[in-house]
Amino acid sequence: MFSIYCPHCCEYREEEEFHAIGEAHIARPVDPDALTDAEWASYLYIRKNPRGLHHEQWVHAIGCRKFFNITRDTVSYEIKETYKIGEAPAFVA
Amino acid sequence: MQKYSGFGLIKHAFSHHENWQRVWRNPKPKKKYDVVIVGGGGHGLATAYYLAKRYGVTNVAVLEKGYLGGGNTARNTTIVRSNYLWDEAAHLYEHAMKLWEGLSQDLNYNVMFSQRGVLNLGHTLQDMRDIQRRVSANRLNGIDGEVLDTQQVQELVPIMDCSSNTRYPILGASWQPRAGVARHDAVAWGYARAADSLGVDLIQQCEVSDILIEDGTAIGVNTKQHGSINADRVACVVAGHSGVLANMAGFELPLESHPLQALVSEPIKPILDTVVMSNHVHGYISQSDKGDLVIGAGIDAYNGYGQRGSYMTTEHTIQAIVELFPIFSRVRMNRQWGGIVDTCPDACPIISKTPVDNLFFNCGWGTGGFKAIPGSGEVFASSLAKGEMHPLAEPFSMFRFNNGALIDEHGAAGVAH
Repeated sequence: MFSIYCPHCCEYREEEEFHAIGEAHIARPVDPDALTDAEWASYLYIRKNPRGLHHEQWVHAIGCRKFFNITRDTVSYEIKETYKIGEAPAFVA
Repeated sequence: MQKYSGFGLIKHAFSHHENWQRVWRNPKPKKKYDVVIVGGGGHGLATAYYLAKRYGVTNVAVLEKGYLGGGNTARNTTIVRSNYLWDEAAHLYEHAMKLWEGLSQDLNYNVMFSQRGVLNLGHTLQDMRDIQRRVSANRLNGIDGEVLDTQQVQELVPIMDCSSNTRYPILGASWQPRAGVARHDAVAWGYARAADSLGVDLIQQCEVSDILIEDGTAIGVNTKQHGSINADRVACVVAGHSGVLANMAGFELPLESHPLQALVSEPIKPILDTVVMSNHVHGYISQSDKGDLVIGAGIDAYNGYGQRGSYMTTEHTIQAIVELFPIFSRVRMNRQWGGIVDTCPDACPIISKTPVDNLFFNCGWGTGGFKAIPGSGEVFASSLAKGEMHPLAEPFSMFRFNNGALIDEHGAAGVAH
């Protein structure tokens, strides 16, 4: 069970209050019409799936209901940091 | 290969069962094979077996990082069914189901396939509409299926709480009588033994460190223990680690690895003679021949490679099981574990050619790989032998994500993800 620090509530809360969304820092293409099918598929479906550090988006679903990012190790499950959307992670693989 | 039989069992009893033949060889790898299969789980071993048995390709090696059948083949909840909604998936899983039905005889190895039926419960009006639609689709595809009402479900499973006093009352179920369970380890061992006897080299403790590519064509693999091994065709069947191998070959797959967990109770006397699954409250349960209750949970929503699940998910599943079966509330649990499932965005597998010539991938089975082992192995073997994808495998190309021809099986996949 994770104990997750919500950067909006500024508190540690139990995992049950949160929901994992998936990979973070995926920017919507500026001009979708200009993309090839492969580029569009890459935006929609291709995800980083690393063994090790992973930046991922979570939502404080039954707390403040705001989104934020976590840097987490996908093998040890250690949470390195949590940070707000728009901020840069301090831990990078 | 010594043929297993009841007579043989009696014969060996006279020598105190001390003279049984080794089940498979432990060969040194050759320098060159027609086909190298990376991954010695159920799917990889089945592929090797059908290559040798049905397609006459016996110069085959299976490279396994750990030991045979030690990954998700050893970690799943052994449910076999084919009641999928869409034609493509239904045909593939039904192909597997037909092979399951003769598998023990085919392999001369008892895989303990028990067609005890599978119930998929409905708890809401929408559940029941989806069940009606799926069963109708199944029947049009020649797959057995019935829609049961609450009374019929209660008759099949008398110990289940089918009253209206539960949080999510049971409104009915889909019922596939030909579905059931099989002994997971026996499937890996049976395929391994049969493939070995046809000349396939099973090489354990052999980790692939690179895929050798020349002018956009795969020509073999590099291994940590045995150096380079050349091959005309390379087939990767490595489930949760498919992304790592795809990176070696220079492309990406739309896969994410998640922990999926299961747990078993202490062995108890026979009490449940079918398989009960519920997508809505999220738990599924059957009883093994040994007597333990085998319980499956949902996947953890986050990515993970640490073969364990979260306590939150365990608790959620146990709540659902106890709600359905109050009689199990004091059964003690023996073990809990997790496997790493490689999930696709559309909950369907990838059986495909890749951007690299002569390199094939079979992965992305997510939460439903065990049931497909014979079918997956058979169509993949055909594709590897002929160099062209088997018609049943064609729709599962990795390029479907580019052209949008997804096969959305989230409804029938059984485990939400």
